[in-house]
Amino acid sequence: MKIASFLLLLAGWCLVLAAIMLLPTPGARGGFIFSGLAVEALGLALAVRSHSTIRGAKG
Amino acid sequence: MPMPALAETAAVGCLLFILLIPLAAVGLALINTGLGRSRSAAHLMMSSLCALAVAALVYFGFGFAWQGFIGRGAHVLLLRGKEWNWIAAEPFFFRGLTLDTSLPSLASLQQIFCVILACLIPLGSGADRWRLRAICCSTAILAGITYPVFAHWVWGGGWLAQLGANYRVGYGFVDTAGSGVIQVVGGLSALAVTWILGPRRGKYSEDGMAPAIPGHNGVLVLLGCLLALPGWFGLNAAGAMLFTGAEVGRAVLIAVNTLLCACAAALTAAVITGYRFGKPDASLSANGWVGGLVASSAGCAFVVPAEAVIIGSIAGGLVTLSVGWFELNLEVDDPGGAVSVHAVGGLWGLLAVGLFARFPSPVQNVASGFPGAASATASGQLLAQVVGVATLLGFVLPLTYGLNLLLNRFCAFRVAVEGERQGMDLYELGAGAYPEFVTHTDEFIPH
Repeated sequence: MKIASFLLLLAGWCLVLAAIMLLPTPGARGGFIFSGLAVEALGLALAVRSHSTIRGAKG
Repeated sequence: MPMPALAETAAVGCLLFILLIPLAAVGLALINTGLGRSRSAAHLMMSSLCALAVAALVYFGFGFAWQGFIGRGAHVLLLRGKEWNWIAAEPFFFRGLTLDTSLPSLASLQQIFCVILACLIPLGSGADRWRLRAICCSTAILAGITYPVFAHWVWGGGWLAQLGANYRVGYGFVDTAGSGVIQVVGGLSALAVTWILGPRRGKYSEDGMAPAIPGHNGVLVLLGCLLALPGWFGLNAAGAMLFTGAEVGRAVLIAVNTLLCACAAALTAAVITGYRFGKPDASLSANGWVGGLVASSAGCAFVVPAEAVIIGSIAGGLVTLSVGWFELNLEVDDPGGAVSVHAVGGLWGLLAVGLFARFPSPVQNVASGFPGAASATASGQLLAQVVGVATLLGFVLPLTYGLNLLLNRFCAFRVAVEGERQGMDLYELGAGAYPEFVTHTDEFIPH
């Protein structure tokens, strides 16, 4: 789940880059940039969830 | 497009501002130490000193070579007819610099101090359990790879700053004095370190309770806040002059905005904690103060003082609420509040530029050489800031987490159980910070 979460983060960023490069109209570009940010938010939530299953001290 | 050189008076003024920045580092070190436990106080200060030294040396060695400065050599990708400047091509060991009052030389000095600041941030989150050797190695990674790459994209004429020139996205990503480059990068590194280290022993129990482990010295924390203020004056003013072409007289507005932002944030934190807990909390108010400083850095040269108060108030609220949320709901054990203060505060500061900032000519994003005041719109600027935020979360966080996770395989981050019980001072340094005054009760009790 950790790997998937970070892959989602990267995927969201790639979506943002693609939106900048490929979409000329401001509306579509803005929409896809925010979509990429939403994918990142999902990845971040998953990363937090995958790290919060540990209870008590490690070591 | 190279930047115009500073007049001699302005160059001297910029140099004086740069020389104030170490005070911010002193402040951060004191805050981190005060919020940690007494049994690890000397270790935290020693770690701050070592992190400072490692960061400066690594950045001198090859950090600046990859960060560079506007208008100087860089590696560029050509994608669909647009140039994507992704990394600098400076010589290593400052060999391409004359080290005088020229802009690149002033920027190199300022950047050494800025990378030190960024490297001190994760120490607060790893307090009481992060080994000194691992701290040094992680600092080398942050100062040599993570920080310079992102800083080049923002301040070195890289693709983030060029968004306005290449794609008409506002003025390009604007970060005057490092809310993103320094604070969010440091805060996200702190998050990665916290995840890799895990929580302190006894922090989270099986039944879901999370007892507070308070800091040992509130005086150090609050003194650190006061010392950080002049440091931040220097940080914000120097950043504005070097990376947005602000004239030296604008430093008055920058100082006023910085101060008002911090004050509003601290008071907001005090009011919120007073309402929630019946009494204002000193450490959370201190976190709020620093959160206000952090949020002020991105747009300090481009907002009016009333807007700085609003930005600071929101920063104070966000930091105060997120500290508890991270600790209790997300199980992120962050003794120094580094993630909340620097990552959350910094992200808000970046977005606030898109919401509030105005860019009067000739002040602009000089990093892009883009004078397009007529075509840049408020919504375009907000979009540019969002792209920067997305880059921080989608690239910098995975990069710093991956590099630190790899490092952990070769140089264990976490101290042994015995070390955590005794305290980092005794276990790693052989001597405590307060040998005459501190009595521990639990480190020799077998569990």
